[in-house]
Amino acid sequence: MLSLFFAIVGRDLKLALRRQADLVSALFFFIIVVSLFPLGVGPEMDMLRKMAPGILWVAALLATMLTLPRLFGDDYRDGTLEQLVLAPQPLPVTVLGKMAAHWLTSGLPLTLLAPVLGLQFDLSAEGLMVLTLALLVGTPSLSAIGAIGAALTLGLRGGGVLVSLLVLPLYIPVLIFGAGAVDAAVSGLGFEAHLSLLGALLAGSLFFAPWATAAALKISLE
Amino acid sequence: MLEASQLECVRGDRRLFAGVSFRLEGGELLNLQGKNGAGKTSLLRMLVGLAQPVAGEIAWRGVAIRKLAEDYRAELCYMGHHNAIKEELTPLENLLASARLAGEPLSDEQALEALYAVGLGGREELQAKYLSQGQKRRVALARLIHERRALWVLDEPFVALDVAAVDMVAGLIGAHLQRGGLAVMTTHQAVNIPAGAVREYRLGA
Repeated sequence: MLSLFFAIVGRDLKLALRRQADLVSALFFFIIVVSLFPLGVGPEMDMLRKMAPGILWVAALLATMLTLPRLFGDDYRDGTLEQLVLAPQPLPVTVLGKMAAHWLTSGLPLTLLAPVLGLQFDLSAEGLMVLTLALLVGTPSLSAIGAIGAALTLGLRGGGVLVSLLVLPLYIPVLIFGAGAVDAAVSGLGFEAHLSLLGALLAGSLFFAPWATAAALKISLE
Repeated sequence: MLEASQLECVRGDRRLFAGVSFRLEGGELLNLQGKNGAGKTSLLRMLVGLAQPVAGEIAWRGVAIRKLAEDYRAELCYMGHHNAIKEELTPLENLLASARLAGEPLSDEQALEALYAVGLGGREELQAKYLSQGQKRRVALARLIHERRALWVLDEPFVALDVAAVDMVAGLIGAHLQRGGLAVMTTHQAVNIPAGAVREYRLGA
């Protein structure tokens, strides 16, 4: 079972490396959206500092959204998904592998870029650290929850828009606690509670999302 | 070993077929016939468990496949309309990856041998997007060379293949039947399977 998990992750990472345009475009989207705000709002440091956590998190949500249609879309179109469903292993394990690979190619790069972008908003060193930590704990939940939406909208026309409508509301808790953690750190309050809640969200979504996604995939394939 | 009883299929609000029953033993091939839209692919997807019949039951070694789940899938090899190969990967990587994902890893030597056997020798390091349709189909079919699972379900395996490749695949199916395997397939071509008992079933007659 573990070997299947690593087989999926390994294959998806190899595919992502051969198809770098996809990987890079989501990252550039993130960079550009975040950079537009200081240009639009103007150089008022106080305002920027206050807005930074929300902007960075919303941009991270949107960038993740962009990558969701491809999570199962390519496998669906070329028939690989049928083979994955028919493999003699539990489908949730396969799905967990897809989620892990998705996070490694979208959530993790976003997390690593975020502190650099945070500098544009004059975030303090502690703020930057907490931002990175919060994204590190929060973005895997985005991949897990997003996978449910991606599986449900598989093969539908206009699936991209539909997936946003389905998934963005579910991202709200992650957004609130993620941005809240950075806010708390910037204003000198304790941020640990927010991070714990993000951790709880992650544990919950990693447990439930693979089952839900597996069920959704079976429905989409029928 | 494989038994279908009174299967019924509804797509949208149209009933494609009803009352489909057959029984298949080791060494037998079921060749599904029927015009376009008769429900051949739908029936194959039911047989592998990708779709659920509206009515009826499919049993493998006397047990319903819904109950067997993974135990059934471990004895099953399905090849659908799509080749299930990745354009960005080379034939060798595709074959190794699909074997690993199916839970039966191949060694590099076995995979190379299979690719040479399907006539892709020398192209194993070329990304699949540079291959022709027929060559892509050959990559997908290379899986069958080392496949020893009992039941093969093949949806139009001969599409896009040239005459020599059709004979080669027919030979593979024949060898599989000779080992006591079962196969269900659809095709519009007249193909001569060299061994085993071939039975025909016509849908929507």
